[in-house]
Amino acid sequence: MLEMDTLMADLKNQISVQLKMKNIKPEDIGNDEPLFGPGLGLDSLDILELIVLLKQKYKLRITNAEDGKRVFTSVRTMAEYITVNRV
Amino acid sequence: MKAYIRSAVSISPQKTFAAAPFLNEVAAYHTTRLSCIEPDYNEAIGAKLIRRMSRIIKMSVASALACLKDAGLSQPGAIITGTAYGCLEDTGTFLTSMVEFGEEPISPVAFVQSTHNTIGAQIALLLKCSCYNNTFVSGGASFENAVIDGMMLLNEGYSNVLVGGMDEITDMSYAILSRSGLYKRSPLSNLDLFKTNSKGTIAGEGAAFFTLANAASQNDLAGVDAVSTFYKPKDIAETVAHIKSFLTAQAISGSDINLLITGKNGDEKGDEIYEYLQQSLFEAAPAITYKNLCGEYPTSSAFALWMGANIISNNNIPALFGLKSNPENKINKVLIYNHYNNIHHSLILISSC
Amino acid sequence: MNAAVFVAGMGVISGIGNNVPENLAALAGSQAGMGDIRYLRTNHRGLLPAAEVKLSNTELAKLSGFPHTTSRNVMLSMIAAKEAWDNAGISDIPALRTGFVSATTIGGMDKTENFFTDFLPDHSKGKLRDMVYHECSNITTAVAEKLGIRHHVSTISTACSSSANAIMYGARLIKHNVLDAVIAGGTDALTRFTLNGFNTLMIVDEQYCKPFDENRKGLNLGEGAGYVVLVSERVASALKKTPYCSLSGYCNFNDAYHQTASSPDGDGPYGAMAGALTMSGLQPPDIDYINLHGTGTQNNDSSEGAAIKRLFDPHYPKMSSTKSFTGHTLGASAGIEAVFSTLAIRDGIVYPNLRLQTPIAEFPFVPETTFSRHPEIRHVLSNSFGFGGNCSSLIFSKL
Repeated sequence: MLEMDTLMADLKNQISVQLKMKNIKPEDIGNDEPLFGPGLGLDSLDILELIVLLKQKYKLRITNAEDGKRVFTSVRTMAEYITVNRV
Repeated sequence: MKAYIRSAVSISPQKTFAAAPFLNEVAAYHTTRLSCIEPDYNEAIGAKLIRRMSRIIKMSVASALACLKDAGLSQPGAIITGTAYGCLEDTGTFLTSMVEFGEEPISPVAFVQSTHNTIGAQIALLLKCSCYNNTFVSGGASFENAVIDGMMLLNEGYSNVLVGGMDEITDMSYAILSRSGLYKRSPLSNLDLFKTNSKGTIAGEGAAFFTLANAASQNDLAGVDAVSTFYKPKDIAETVAHIKSFLTAQAISGSDINLLITGKNGDEKGDEIYEYLQQSLFEAAPAITYKNLCGEYPTSSAFALWMGANIISNNNIPALFGLKSNPENKINKVLIYNHYNNIHHSLILISSC
Repeated sequence: MNAAVFVAGMGVISGIGNNVPENLAALAGSQAGMGDIRYLRTNHRGLLPAAEVKLSNTELAKLSGFPHTTSRNVMLSMIAAKEAWDNAGISDIPALRTGFVSATTIGGMDKTENFFTDFLPDHSKGKLRDMVYHECSNITTAVAEKLGIRHHVSTISTACSSSANAIMYGARLIKHNVLDAVIAGGTDALTRFTLNGFNTLMIVDEQYCKPFDENRKGLNLGEGAGYVVLVSERVASALKKTPYCSLSGYCNFNDAYHQTASSPDGDGPYGAMAGALTMSGLQPPDIDYINLHGTGTQNNDSSEGAAIKRLFDPHYPKMSSTKSFTGHTLGASAGIEAVFSTLAIRDGIVYPNLRLQTPIAEFPFVPETTFSRHPEIRHVLSNSFGFGGNCSSLIFSKL
């Protein structure tokens, strides 16, 4: 659990930097908050940025944007995907 | 057909954005690279919207939105931009990533925003404006092409168009242009730019937007009578011939010009033509410069047009230019003549209305 | 503003041929230009197909008259622009006001990206002469100078609709009596910058693209240049040969939906096509052939298809995407496709949409799958839709 919490905290910081979210504090992003809901206002270009993030930071490759939508539902689903698939 | 400047907004190395009175103080720098004095974009554009925008996009969008607001328009009839370099920051980011990550997937946003038409496209997206949208990338004639396109649209029946010129300088582009010998060797005061008798100029940047209309209103700053460009004239005689032909087509001569705004940039050789014209064809006209205020960049004539339009509107030449301006004399015809590295030459004739 | 504008000359170089006759032969013979990347130095060789022009820079130099160290983009532009100008045969008409309006998205990026490898770790390194062509404008002026055109030279860059806007702007300069003849179109060479950019956007097909197929996976990049010579009525009547067709309508319309994606209902494409029709005074059933933008991406083909359904239902003209031959040549695409559209009228031909196996289920129309002859072709609509919502459509009409 602690590992998951740390991973999710790391992810929030990384997402904030990758997506240039200067006006939102990483800690204010909810673990289960829909990343692509009206609150954060992310879009299809952001999915692609997050795919790059997964590749560069976690060496995980997502080969199509449709898979991306599922993996990037929330910070938690991202963390779960990384935990399961990380080498 | 004359185009009426309904509004004009500039972000530049001077205090020009939402600043009044017009150019009543000059920002002095000791440098070879002038950078823009930028507004708070959270206010000028909106915190959520600016997330992905690079600096040149923010400068341009802020200017464009303010320009439309000043003209009392929610949507323009067309959006036309002129930029020589486009979005350098994002281009540099993508190139850097390509080198660092060896062609692995890299920032898609940087790629998408590196395209020259991103600026015009972002404005359209923000306004949900489906109107005519074009981007000129003609080097030192980019802004002039945009104005010409806009004036053609007004002639075709459009009632107004939004036209802008913008270029930025980044660390990388400054390094490359410095290596090509464009700038002065050592830092100097921009106020002393024309005192050095040496090679080179100083780098600059900026974004300026204009709402042009096809009919006069009570609130116009000035009118654009004509715009023309010519390319690498073989000698001074050819330059003079182009200028004379331009004036004749407007049924005027050099002596009808009340104020000459020149693109003098401090480069000894490049400035010779301006000095020649001031002593011959335009010897009767007071002359002022603008690149000591905004620096040299391919679309600097947009800053010059902003300056000229405000001078006509106020019927006053700001004190910083050191000219005795008689308010009794109407500043009726102002000619902006500029060349960029003796490659692209441009003429913009503006008049009172 | 209603003065007619005619197409008097054309020139093209692409992945399917180095001039108009070679391109035409490939189109007629269903010979696509995609293959393994041979000329561009990239880690994607053998992984991503592209439709490169089948000439090295040394060979392009011989054809174009430029040194082999010149940007590939300059050389492609020169070859096609010269072919167009020579094809028009109008250089002896007195007092001709001539212009060159060229479009490009990459400028000299083929040289810049090489420069950057050395420049990045040490800003004093990298051959400065590799940056001479970086600016888009310098591609155009290099070619203009060699063609002898000086004062009316402009460059336009609006992503994949670039050349269409160049052709529109050129036509309007004629209508406003600024110019009598304009070489208008565009050019783009294949670069690592664009190859990696589109790959990062995950819209590149690792196989040969299948535009307007239900199972399409994305685009293939191509490269090339295409130009038409537009002339005024005065020049057209003084020419020895009749112009090929007229440019009877055009429209520049913005989708204003998203930075890269087109709206699902195809508002931008619809607006561009409808606007071009309005200008030409034609109705949808008057269009005989649509040269589709048809990149093969999920989004474009859905959006463009939706717009075609809205505008043309129930009378659908023949249509095809020639990007199934040439790949997506970005800033050059509308210029190359303007040449193909002109040929469609001149020869009364319709091109196939290659590799179409399963038509898109939701659309009641199917692009052509074979090359065919139709002497009755009168009006051709050519679409070009790009990033930033820039949508442009051109209509070419038989005289």
